Amino acid sequence: MNAGFSKFLKSATFGVAALGLFAATPAKAVDLTVYTAVEADELAGFKKAFESDNPGITINWIRDSTGIVTSKLMAEKDNPQADVVWGLAATSLMLLGNEGYFQGYAPKGLDKIEKKFYDTVNSAPQWVGQRAWIASVCYNTVEGKKNNLPIPTDWKDLTKPVYKGHVIMPNPNSSGTGFLDVSSWIQMMGEDDAWKYMDALHENISRYTHSGSAPCKLAARGETPIGVSFAYRGAKSKSEGAPLEVVAPSPGVGWDLEAFAIVHNTKKLDAAKKLADWSVSEKAMEMYNESYAVVSMVGKSKPVENFPAGIEGKMIQNDFAWAAKNRIRILDEWRKRYDSKSDPK
Amino acid sequence: MSDAAATTAPIVKPKISRDDWIMRIAMMLIAVYLLVGIAFPLYALLAKSFQNADGQFVGLANYITYLTTPALSWSIGNSFKVTLIATVIVMFIAFIYAYALTRSCMPAKSLFKGIALVPILMPSLLPAISLVFFFGNQGIIKEWLFGAELYGPIGIVMGEVFYVFPHVMTIMLISMSLSDARLYEASEVLGASKIKTFFTVTLPSMRYGLVSAFFVAFTLIITDFGVPKVVGGQYNVLATDVYKQVVGRHDFQMGAVVSMALLIPAAFAFIADRIVQRKQVALLSARAVPFQPKPNPMFDRIMLAFCSLVGFIILSVLAMAAFSSVVKFWPYNLSLTTKHYNFQLMDGGGWDSYFNSIELAAWTAVFGTAIVFFGAFLVEKSRGFQHGRTAMQALCMVPMAVPGLVLGLAYVFFFNHPDNPLGFLYHTMPILVICTITHFYTVAHLSAVTALKQMDPEFEAVSQSLKAPFYKTFWRVTVPVCTPAVLDISMYLFVNAMTTVSAVVFLYSSDTTLASVAVLNMDDAGDQSPAAAMGMMIVCTAAGVRLLHMILTRGIQSRTQAWRKR
Repeated sequence: MNAGFSKFLKSATFGVAALGLFAATPAKAVDLTVYTAVEADELAGFKKAFESDNPGITINWIRDSTGIVTSKLMAEKDNPQADVVWGLAATSLMLLGNEGYFQGYAPKGLDKIEKKFYDTVNSAPQWVGQRAWIASVCYNTVEGKKNNLPIPTDWKDLTKPVYKGHVIMPNPNSSGTGFLDVSSWIQMMGEDDAWKYMDALHENISRYTHSGSAPCKLAARGETPIGVSFAYRGAKSKSEGAPLEVVAPSPGVGWDLEAFAIVHNTKKLDAAKKLADWSVSEKAMEMYNESYAVVSMVGKSKPVENFPAGIEGKMIQNDFAWAAKNRIRILDEWRKRYDSKSDPK
Repeated sequence: MSDAAATTAPIVKPKISRDDWIMRIAMMLIAVYLLVGIAFPLYALLAKSFQNADGQFVGLANYITYLTTPALSWSIGNSFKVTLIATVIVMFIAFIYAYALTRSCMPAKSLFKGIALVPILMPSLLPAISLVFFFGNQGIIKEWLFGAELYGPIGIVMGEVFYVFPHVMTIMLISMSLSDARLYEASEVLGASKIKTFFTVTLPSMRYGLVSAFFVAFTLIITDFGVPKVVGGQYNVLATDVYKQVVGRHDFQMGAVVSMALLIPAAFAFIADRIVQRKQVALLSARAVPFQPKPNPMFDRIMLAFCSLVGFIILSVLAMAAFSSVVKFWPYNLSLTTKHYNFQLMDGGGWDSYFNSIELAAWTAVFGTAIVFFGAFLVEKSRGFQHGRTAMQALCMVPMAVPGLVLGLAYVFFFNHPDNPLGFLYHTMPILVICTITHFYTVAHLSAVTALKQMDPEFEAVSQSLKAPFYKTFWRVTVPVCTPAVLDISMYLFVNAMTTVSAVVFLYSSDTTLASVAVLNMDDAGDQSPAAAMGMMIVCTAAGVRLLHMILTRGIQSRTQAWRKR
């Protein structure tokens, strides 16, 4: 692993890249390595649709949960393996973007995308949102009735004594969904009031989970009457027959985006750009809309079954840059306040 | 070159023969494997505990932050507490269970032996689902907890006891079957009572087995992440802290610090284990006579009742997992269905993942057994080169103390480094195989060493005096004699490769998705029943291979092991 060898490797890599350039001129099959956190049952459909529109390009998904994919990307920082990151939380993409992971590209049709749903800090956006991933509360009607719990309609409701021990939410230190809840409360209520709110909420929480989808899954199976999670998960469980009510509490709900970005220095830039273009096409948006109620194209979102009505109107003005800048500080403060207990309550 | 070096060196000690040189080169090859498989990757990750986010050396700054953040340092105490409690409980149960299997005349011993190994066959998600179905808020027997909550130390202890029971029981079984019948005869002749014999003969003779079982249980539990993740609730332990740091906060530096904290108790455990093991060897006499239990109706009945109870609990956990894979929607629609077994409709690659897993398990079993056994042979039976052998022995002990999550991430840092000539392995099947062999190296190595220790060193001495090269002795004598152990090791590697998740989750690619990972991802996506169904497929495959293994061992044993009988 000395310098000479390094140089050799670099020139070898360059040679391979040059070969790749020559080879790209005729219609030769290109394998795109795409890292994603989109639910696996949807991926086959996206792959098929994209490949039939773009013959000669094959998508190879590498899928895992948001946390694992982000960690893997960070660990690969010195030698990225992905060509495109697709359907990963915009917050994660921003973290990676700060390390110079991505290259800006304005896909064809960007003008039809809502301004707040893509990176407007850089002149050529580093990431572009596909659809929104919105906080919600899953309320189990059977268990709720058993315990005489009214359906919460406002975040403040959850601090009422009646809910004591009946609420589960994700730990923001291990789940992105947990962080978007905390960050949205701070953005809505202001820092001091938000911490006061969380102090009160903490009294009612029975436990914090590691995964963001877990609270809703637990609510679906009656392990808890109320789980703070996100709307897609709740709607999906409800469609499968869980006795759930999915609520978007007032005054507003936090959100993040499933977004894509092209990896800096990818050898398959052309194919990557094609995927980017396709990802903001009307066809793709319609596919996104099958399971998520809010997509990034202006005026394209249609209501999805079992999503809370009018959820788009409840989405807060999310300041991503602020959230990214204050993330570690908020997480540390949260940990100090609520994660230091040695024993469960 | 080697010959030249040997002849030009001033010869003070006995001349190093050609045989010795081959042996040393072989040992170097295994050592290289261990360096690449465990030492270098771990260094690549753990070095980060002394760096800041930009990779600059900051000394102990991260450690100071760690110790001064109560939310983090609290976990050390928590981890020790639950680990100790679970270890003591599992030791107690496993001791009586193994005692019944070796010292009583109860019926159906081989059946009970088989049942005790069931937990090894199950991917960790299955017992977790079962625990929730039994004791969760909708659990069918949650009253049995007397109002206490499953999620927390209680859940962790129950889950860990189930998880490590087979390992502990196996070690106890081996150490009990090594007892010398002549001591019991002497004790009886001298008129000692049963109880006195138990405390003066039985316990002392297995003292070392007990100590080593304790440390194996302790290490396995403190590094396990699967159980606390699902039923740990808010109870922070070291293993979940690693997850939070690495996967939640993407803070590799602090993740490395916590991993180091996790390495320390495990390292202590292993040093103590080594000291104790060394003494054990001296205790074993070649002239020992195996103990044969005599019937005692009362005692046999009590033992049978105990084993039946433990066996029943294990099988109910399995049955509940099987039930969860065919129930429509727990707990609101308990009608049955087989639709969850239709994996092609599911995510995670469905059947492809399943066959990839079998492929991984097969390669791991074949190459793993070869490397582990040959390595153990060289460490145990080669001559001279003492420092090299000790260093290798130490390296073999490390993998058990490393949580899978840490190992997997370490592999990303090491193998994907732009200057690593082995980079071509990244995202391939071979790297999964290497990672899995390494992950389970320690226990496999220990079994091989145990088997080799039973062989009289006279074999080597005789074959050497007959001028037979060591590899001939190895192939013609050692391997046939140790066939049962070799098959056991391959079985162990196969089963674990089928169920492992934590390390490979960072390393698989789109052509090498794995069933065990699919189980976790399906559960993550809310499809608990299909996840359980895939989990049951893994159990059935592992059980099938186990059965095949049993038939195979029996056939081979009758042909190669006849000499063991008196």
